[in-house]
Formats: sequence, structure tokens, C-alpha cells
Amino acid sequence: MTTPFRIQQNAREGSLLVNMGPSHPATHGAVRIMLELDGERILNAEVEVGYLHRAFEKTCENRTYFNLLIYTDRLNYVSPLINNHGYALAMEKLLGIDVPERARLIRVLLSELSRVSDHLTCLAAMAMECGAFTVFLYNMKAREFLWDVIEQTTGARMTTSYIRIGGVRADLHPGYKEATAAGLRETRKVLKDVHGLLDKNKIFLGRTRDVGVMAKDNALNWGWTGPALRSTGIAYDVRRAFPYGDYDRFKFEIPVGERGDNFDRYMVRMREMEQSLRIIEQVVPLLEPACPKVVADGLEPAAAVKASRTRRPGKPIKLSPNLEGAELAVQSQILSSDRRYVIPAKEEAYTSIEGLITHFKYFMSGHGIRPPKGDVYAAVEGGNGEVGYYIVSDGTDRPYRLHLRGPCLPLLASLEELIRGRLVADIIPTFGSMNIILGELDR
Amino acid sequence: MEEKSDFLTALAARFPGAVVETSSPLGDMALVIRPESLFEIAAELKNGPGDFATLLDLTCVDFPDRPERFEMVYHFFSLSGLRKLRVKLGLPGPDPTVASLTPLWKNADWMEREVYDLFGVKFAGHPYLRRLFMNEEFVGHPLRKDYPFRKRQPVIPMRTP
Amino acid sequence: MGMNPFQAPWFTTTLNSMLGWGRKYSIFHYPYVTACCGMEYMSAACAHFDIDRFGAGWTRFTPRQSDLLLVVGTICQKQAPILRTVYEQMCEPKYVIAFGACAVSGGIYDNYAVVQGIDRIIPVDVFIPGCPPRPEMVLDSLVKLQLKIKKQDQDWRWKKKATS
Repeated sequence: MTTPFRIQQNAREGSLLVNMGPSHPATHGAVRIMLELDGERILNAEVEVGYLHRAFEKTCENRTYFNLLIYTDRLNYVSPLINNHGYALAMEKLLGIDVPERARLIRVLLSELSRVSDHLTCLAAMAMECGAFTVFLYNMKAREFLWDVIEQTTGARMTTSYIRIGGVRADLHPGYKEATAAGLRETRKVLKDVHGLLDKNKIFLGRTRDVGVMAKDNALNWGWTGPALRSTGIAYDVRRAFPYGDYDRFKFEIPVGERGDNFDRYMVRMREMEQSLRIIEQVVPLLEPACPKVVADGLEPAAAVKASRTRRPGKPIKLSPNLEGAELAVQSQILSSDRRYVIPAKEEAYTSIEGLITHFKYFMSGHGIRPPKGDVYAAVEGGNGEVGYYIVSDGTDRPYRLHLRGPCLPLLASLEELIRGRLVADIIPTFGSMNIILGELDR
Repeated sequence: MEEKSDFLTALAARFPGAVVETSSPLGDMALVIRPESLFEIAAELKNGPGDFATLLDLTCVDFPDRPERFEMVYHFFSLSGLRKLRVKLGLPGPDPTVASLTPLWKNADWMEREVYDLFGVKFAGHPYLRRLFMNEEFVGHPLRKDYPFRKRQPVIPMRTP
Repeated sequence: MGMNPFQAPWFTTTLNSMLGWGRKYSIFHYPYVTACCGMEYMSAACAHFDIDRFGAGWTRFTPRQSDLLLVVGTICQKQAPILRTVYEQMCEPKYVIAFGACAVSGGIYDNYAVVQGIDRIIPVDVFIPGCPPRPEMVLDSLVKLQLKIKKQDQDWRWKKKATS
């Protein structure tokens, strides 16, 4: 049998012990909140996690640096490209390689799209649990348009594994400008609607104003980062404080709140989305048009493959042996020039012996990416705060230790303090406004 | 950079004997200290001129070949100075114990529970040292190098599919 | 000695298909969401890829009122007893869909903490592969489940059931 929890040991006479169990619609997955109640008032609370512990860190010790990229997607699964970005930055710092400018700009574009979809999902869930189901549906609609843009370029809606060590996997899709413009338009419309629905809504204000208040010094002591810290009034953003990628080229503001309550966290996220859209608008003109794709004559891809194999009289179709967007012509723009750490283009791998050997050695067990011995810590600004990767390398092709500094851990740890003394109904918006993503917390 | 190494040498001068090594690998600032002096150095970092108001991260690395098997790694962050500092210390293999930082930083609570759960390092003075991720009946500490990667310990009996 | 009219074949098959028709077009699901697949579940449930048009739109947030358990996301060893309890809290007839690679077989996680497929804990009707599956696959699986419900022997109140 398990030893009793602290809340059971310290339970007062006559109080009620209730479990907001690991399978609860409002706990975004699998968090267990044990409550000691006196009627509706919370006397004490204890949070239990670990219901989604998927052994990310131990898995990374058993995979090569290239292979473990897919596991980083599943950490903060609402903004997977930002996790990829953080891992790539940590590895590039360890290896000491440069990333070409176009790849950096593409990374910024996709990270900001991910960030907007993260905030949209957080606010959608928070509002739905408070009862505003319309906001949920509107935000999901806007998120679909953003995911269309991501899917066009990366091939997947969510877990993309697109931002790689040394650059990105492929160039942008030729239609990215129209898709991005459509996404921005829809998101702006939705944001306007949500502002109208929630900002001055008496019920929403009643549930979120002055609920879950955290003071500035307390937040810093707890280790809060990201929108939650900014809602208390401290303007710390990793993109501004320790600029990475090309963020210092873009003008954007850092919204801060005043009181550190749930409503401020909501407002900070709404304003941050607007700033992210502003960054996207500044990035898109800097990206020159993408290379036109080889599939011509309006053919579907399967038909094009078939046509390239038969001898068409007059107009032969030549297909690139690469995945779409990773052709030799764009390799220098999307991937680092350091040949040891990037996959060579298939034209080289198929036609020259050096290319073949480079390709072979990249994937061969024991070879591949072998950083120098040492350790590194690199952080990016994720949807919830500072996502830090601490990588210890021992010179082999697998990390000796890879640790993720998850921004959600201090947020959820402080939940007990925030809800003590309040009503049961206050847990829902407090929990929702923190945006607890268990992939990041439990790893 | 000079500013970083100045800061590190000033810190090392305040604690003679406790600081084993200072370095700046790849632009980060790092210190290696003796385990006994962790609490006083951490208190100085928090309350002193460094003003490291945030404990960003607390983790552990397992080196079974070394006599100091468990290397604790702390990352501190100063908002006013915008600097990050890494502090490392080594703990011996059998019964590793180190002072808990919970009186100074509140998030040390859960992070130390995580390290206890996954590595088995005990923290003296921790108010509630209990497993965080794994269930209570779990035997062993999964992130140690000698724990087999695929050794499952089911909580309920599995049925045949 | 005549045959009990309620057991005559034409009556039973008609009743079967009527019950099947009613059951398949009014599925109340309980989304047991743990991880990343939850995002695709949300997409499938919302306006773009509506599951409401299949009759399965009403999410019942308690297993007692639902007949479809949608296990979405990775199930870890710690979570396994809770999944079993939730499954046992549902009333017959109940169906289970394993949504996503992690629920089907443990997915990309083959380690000390993850259950290698929820069919090691509860019986599963439809498996949806994908990491995460596209919402269209979710809808396809719902159609497959509806086909299964239509074809299976519906359980009636007066029929003797084998206790499982």
C-alpha cells in the first residue's frame, strides 16, 4: 500500500477529502489534485503528477542525436516547433556550427506560428472550462488555418520534426505567402471576436479577476517564466533578454500585466498573440520566394511520379530524388555548411562517392553527429516560458544526459499555494490560465 | 568574456576552499563546488550582489565510473543582471545526500523530489521527500545508468491482448 | 408448443438492426485524453472536421453516461489502474477506441514507464494508428465503429449474457 499523502496526514477533523482525479476533463490530461474541503472552500491541496511520465530523458540516452529529435516534438505538444528549435540551438551551440540566414528566418516564422497556436489552444481550453464554448470553437478554427501553413511546409500538422540540427528540413512551400496571409487574417478576426466575447464579460471577469494572484517576488522565487511571469509585471522574455535565431531584428513588444491574476494571464496571452502576428508579418517579406516545385503541368504527385518513369514524347518530367524542398539548389540556404552534421542532398549521395560516404556515415551507428565532450544549456521562449535543454555529451553519437528544463513544473508546483483558501470553482480558471502541458512537465 | 570571468573570480574569492573550479564553457558560466558548501553559496547567490532570484533548474547526472558518482547540476538565473550560472557538485555513490534548497527557493521542492525519484539522491531538510513521477511501489531509480531501459514494473496485471 | 414469437428470426434481426441503427448514430464518447493526440481529438471534434455530424458530438465528461471510451494518448504504468477503473465504470454496451500510436502499441515509447498498448488493460474495438492521426482518420474509425455496432449482436435486456 502507498504511504498516505501529506494532505491525508494533515487532514482536519470534519473536512472532506476529494480527488480531482487523473482523468478529468479540466485537468488537461493527467494531473491529480487532491483537495481538502470545508464545503466549497479549499483548506488544503496537493498535486500529484507523473501520470504521463514517458521516460523522455532515459530514451534520449538510448537514441542518436538525430533520432531523438522526434521525442522533442512530443514535449510541449501544442507548440512542437519551438521545442525542436530549442534542441537545435542547444546542439548548434555544443557543436559550434552556424545556421544560414534563410533557415533562421524560417525557424522564426514557424516558431511564431506555433506560439500563436499554443496560446489559442490554452485560451480555448480555459474559456471552455469556464463555460464559454464559443471561444473554444473559434480558436480551433483559427488554429486550423495556422496548421495549414505548417502542414504545407513541414508535412505534418502537429509533430513535425522539422527544425533540425544545422537548419531546417526543407524549404518553404511555394504557396506559403497566401497561406500565411489567410492564417493571419483568420486569426486576427478570431482574436477580435474573442476580445469582444470575454474582455468585458461579467462572468468571465468574476471568475478570473483577482483569482490566482501571484506577487512579483514570489513568482521569481517560484521560478516562473513566460506569460505567467509577465502577468505579474516582470518583462522577462528569452527572445529579448538572450536573443537567439534572428529575433533581435524584429520589432515586437513584451506585454506585461499588473496584478498577476488569471485575467492578466489571459490578457498577456492575447496581446502576445498579436505581437507574434506582428513578427510573422515582418518575417515574410524577408523570405524570398521559395523555389518552384518540380511537379509541373498541374499533375498530382502520384501521376507525376508515374510520368517521370515513362518516356513522354516531347516533355520529359524530371523529379528530384529528394523530399520536397530539400533539393541541392537550396541546401546551402536551409542547412549549415558544416558537412559533418547535416544530411547531404540526394543528388550528391546518389552520384558521387563522397556524398554517399557522407550520407552513410551520418546514419551509421557509432558515427554521425558526435559532439565534443562537455555540457551546454540553451534556452528558448516557449509558449509557457523558458524551455531549456541541458545536454551532456561524452563524445559518442548518443547524449550522455539530456535534461529538459520544463517551464510548467514551477507553475504547477505553485498551484497548491494559489488555490488554498479559495473556492473549488477557482481551480478551473487558475489551472487553465497556466497552460499546463504534461508532456513538458512529466517528460 | 571578461565580465563573466570577473564575476566568477570574485565569487570564488568569497568562498575560498569551497569553490573547486570556475570555467566558462561555450559562453556559459560554471562553477564546481564542494557539496558541504552548497547551502551557503546558494544563499550568497540569492541574497548577495549576484541577485540570483530564480533557481531555474536542478538536475543530476550519473557517472558510475567516477568515485563521485552523482553530479548535481544547478542553474541559477539573475533577472537584474541577466546572467545564468551553472553550479555543479559531486556526490559519492552509496547514499548520496546533499542539503535541500527549499528554504531559499520554493520550486526546489518538486525538482528535488524529481531527482530523488529518478536518481535516489536524498536531500537533507526537504519537507516532503516523496516520489514525484513514478508510483510509490516502484523499485529502483530509473535514470541511473544501471537501471535497464525496458524493465517495466506494472501496477496492475496486464491481460493478454 | 410454439416458438416464442420474440425469438422468431425475422423479429430478432429487425430488432437487432433497429437497435444497431439507434446505437451507432448516437454515440456518447468519453475522451480519456492524456497527451499529444488530444490536440487532434480537439481538431476532430471542432468545426472543421466535425464529429457531430456522425452523431457522436456530445462529449459526456463522465464514464457513467458514455458508451465510447476514446483513449487518446499515451497510457503509462501509473495511469493503467485508472483506465481500468474508468472502463469498469461504464455500462454495457460499451466500445473502446485506441486513438493514436501510443494507445495502440506504446508508439515510439518502448521503455520502463509506458504500457505497450491499451489492449493489455482493456479490450479494444477499433485501433487508430498515427502519431497523431489526422482528423480524417478519426472520422474513418468512427465510421468503422458504426459498421461494427451495426453488425454485432445487440444485447437486449432479456437475453442471457455471459459475464466477462
